[in-house]
Amino acid sequence: MTQPHDNYHAARWNEPIIMEMGSEGQRGVLVDETDQAILEEIQNPLDSVPQNMLRSSKLKLPEISQAHILRHYTRLSQMTLGFDVTPDASSGTCTMKYSPKVNEAICRNASVLDVHPLQNPSSLQGILKILFDFEQIMCEISGMYKYSFQASSGAQGIYTNACLIRAYHESNGEGKQRNEIITTAFSHPADAATPSVAGFKVITLMPGENGYPDFQSLLSVLSERTAGLMVTNPEDTGLFNPHIPDMVKAVQDAGGLCAYDQANANGLFGVVRAGDTGFDLCQFNLHKTFSAPHSAQGQGTAAVGVSEKLAKFLPTPVGDFNDTEYVLNYDRPDSIGKIRSFLGNVQTVIKAYSWVMSLGADGLKSVSETAVLNNNYLATKLMQIKGLDLPWDNNVRRIEQVRYTWKQLCLDTGLTTSDLARKMSDYGLQTYMESHVPRLVDEPMTLEPTESLSLDDLDAYVAVLKDISAQAYSDPESLKGAPYKSASDQLPQNQFNDPETWAMTWKAYKTKRE
Amino acid sequence: MKQNKSDPFIPNSVPSIRDKMLDAIGIKSVEDIYASIPNEIRFGGALNLPSPIRSESRLRKHVEQILSKNRNAQDNINFLGAGCWQHYVPAVCDEIAQRGEFVTAYGGGQFGDHGKWQAVFEFQSLLGELIGMDVVSTPTYDWSAAANSALLMACRYTGRNEILVPETISADRLLQMYNFVRPVASIKKIKMVSNTGLMDTSDLRSKISSATASVYFENPTFLGAIETGAYEIVDIAKSKGALATVGVDPITLGVISPPSEYGADIVVGDIQPLGIHMYGGGGLGGFIASNDNPELIAEYNALLVSIAPGLRPGEFGFDYSTFDRTSYEKRGLSPDYIGTTQWLWAIIAGVYLSLMGPVGMNEVGKTIMERSSYASKKLGNIPGIKSPSLSNLFFKEFVVDFSDTGKTVEEINIDLLDRGVFGGFDLSSQFKCLGQSSLYCVTEVHTKDDIDFLTQSLKEILT
Repeated sequence: MTQPHDNYHAARWNEPIIMEMGSEGQRGVLVDETDQAILEEIQNPLDSVPQNMLRSSKLKLPEISQAHILRHYTRLSQMTLGFDVTPDASSGTCTMKYSPKVNEAICRNASVLDVHPLQNPSSLQGILKILFDFEQIMCEISGMYKYSFQASSGAQGIYTNACLIRAYHESNGEGKQRNEIITTAFSHPADAATPSVAGFKVITLMPGENGYPDFQSLLSVLSERTAGLMVTNPEDTGLFNPHIPDMVKAVQDAGGLCAYDQANANGLFGVVRAGDTGFDLCQFNLHKTFSAPHSAQGQGTAAVGVSEKLAKFLPTPVGDFNDTEYVLNYDRPDSIGKIRSFLGNVQTVIKAYSWVMSLGADGLKSVSETAVLNNNYLATKLMQIKGLDLPWDNNVRRIEQVRYTWKQLCLDTGLTTSDLARKMSDYGLQTYMESHVPRLVDEPMTLEPTESLSLDDLDAYVAVLKDISAQAYSDPESLKGAPYKSASDQLPQNQFNDPETWAMTWKAYKTKRE
Repeated sequence: MKQNKSDPFIPNSVPSIRDKMLDAIGIKSVEDIYASIPNEIRFGGALNLPSPIRSESRLRKHVEQILSKNRNAQDNINFLGAGCWQHYVPAVCDEIAQRGEFVTAYGGGQFGDHGKWQAVFEFQSLLGELIGMDVVSTPTYDWSAAANSALLMACRYTGRNEILVPETISADRLLQMYNFVRPVASIKKIKMVSNTGLMDTSDLRSKISSATASVYFENPTFLGAIETGAYEIVDIAKSKGALATVGVDPITLGVISPPSEYGADIVVGDIQPLGIHMYGGGGLGGFIASNDNPELIAEYNALLVSIAPGLRPGEFGFDYSTFDRTSYEKRGLSPDYIGTTQWLWAIIAGVYLSLMGPVGMNEVGKTIMERSSYASKKLGNIPGIKSPSLSNLFFKEFVVDFSDTGKTVEEINIDLLDRGVFGGFDLSSQFKCLGQSSLYCVTEVHTKDDIDFLTQSLKEILT
């Protein structure tokens, strides 16, 4: 299949809001009633609850029969383009890849679903062994010393890095003095936001003429206030900043720590390791790079890795093995404490472990080599499309993703990149990622094809963008109303940010509109 | 690839395809793509990882054999709660939780992922009905993350920097709070009344001040009690211009007053009880809710999904409201952050509330209270055991004091485990004042036989 899906149309069920479904008296599921033998032995516990602590307002949940609830949610799922449905190269920076079904099947098991995090560790040996063995795997992949899997998203992992940097400087009596974190404009927004939440002032380096900050720009902001550097590399642009080893050293010479946000690591397995580059900390997204599914925006897990000198600060508990069994160590006086309840999303770690075990070292290398191959093949083909360009040097190869620019097409046609992005939906593809903030590239488009897309998928994707470019030049007006064949039309944007019309619940909507 | 079998997850690992692509790019090797990476940091060798298990059948066996070392709450009888609870998960919840379209979706926009957006808006709407609030956020990581962000919201909203919390809050939650709020706010603990575990409102009156941004309390409390002082606590908070932030277990609310009825400004809690398996703690997902006050909404960290009428009559669409307040937009000036959280669980909590309806939520709350009352009473009949050991009304969790048995909770729990029972959460290290006490959780999954087996086991262990 190398042609665009001209005849595509999304499922469009026009499902009612569930609050309006069903009829009084219908039931979705029946609750197990209390045994008579229990009732005979107790007083009705509700009789002792003071009247003002009993619910007095009518509970206006819908009353719907079971099949109708199932059908409603099944239809909603059919109006959702997960990776199972569409080859998603559009979500650049998000590393959309195939999540093997065997790992879902493995986790559909009482030993995963129905275990309690506070069980005696002797009764959790399966999960604790996987956490322990996967930690050894992560240490080898990254060259770091120790890991925590408590953080439950990339942002929470980066936040954990910021807390660890804070703890390190405080332990050296420099907590007040070292209050500045340096990041780059094309690192993920969380690399700037989370150190701010941890109390740091954030300095953002802007890209130089090559598309990434040069070494001099870093030197100009280093001082005795420097707490650390928090960056992705490759950056959002797909460009690998070759100055990073020097920058890491300079920050460390100035007394700071360096954290490697490995959100963009899919092209780097067996190619570059955080530890070898000199980084003190890092974080990987197990729900992206390690194939665990994104779950409609979570569950996720950030694997947070540190060098030996920072291990004592990691969140509590950490896993260990005491020669006879796997244990959780809570006796950690220097720890930053807790980042997430209990052990985090352990199911995501199990899926990531299983994925690595299916691949091994050669398989992981193949993941990265294929991801960068796919990305550069896509870029080569896309460069033949009218109006689309690469910002910065065309001769420097991007690693696993690319931020493109439609500047020329938009100048020629009067359209915006958003007009083109929306049109993707008419071909059964996700609207593409334009750019994180700040939008330094004009009319941006960020694509990341990962290793999961086939050559045919890539050719079809190119054909769609070519088709859209052609329409933009021949009939630009037709794109302004797009999409026409997706599950939903364009919406009047002014309604979502006006307190008079926004509505975060059906109740609020009814109050405001009726 | 060295193997002659191409990887099932990597279609372009077939050598002939790869060569064709290299030709199209005009390079000889993938190495040419890595040319921009300095040699000094290139990893030279091969990663020292375990040999791969390439067939799906053997991989599955390998991982399942490791996992079989876990003991689970289906084959054993579980009385652990303390922030992660075993409730019945209806089959339709499991069915929707397995839909590949949802499981493998991510941040897709309204056109591609209309159904996901509607499902999350419906979650906000259903939960809003249950807790009595007009604004409900998309999920946070868990109850603790929701409480953390809500309390910093209160600090920014009031311009104050002190937070009051009950001393009965869980140690896990408190460790998260200390780490999270410390750049901005200080935390003061309010004493509990020793014989009830409820908040000591005279201690609250003495500690609240014009610096207090919010009084936070939980209902039920960590020790399981229905906080019957809720109205008074909220009144005290408001009298000093502080916000009342209430953490709530939503499965109580078919029976117990929602925080809106006693005047809460912000409500937080966990959706895990609503149709989501425990997953070793991975089933958690938090929420933040409030009234539709634009000044307060401006301080939310979490993403908020809004509905709006579509262009065609009778159709609706969804998008984020006020996205420019989020950390995606504010970057280095963010007072809080958001990212991937626990959205799939929000969809499932919506499915659960739809299935249960108003009658089901009332029935489940009632039967839980009946079963926990029965369990508490039966345990209290065993010589040496005080149960319930606190004089309060409880929902599904209650404190059992084993101090007079001559055994520690730890010893008793090991003996129970031998009999296939996960005993209650050992409170003896965090709550020294309660002696050898344990927090037992009884829900609608526990039958009379389960509870009687626990009782019989304890009798045997203690004689």
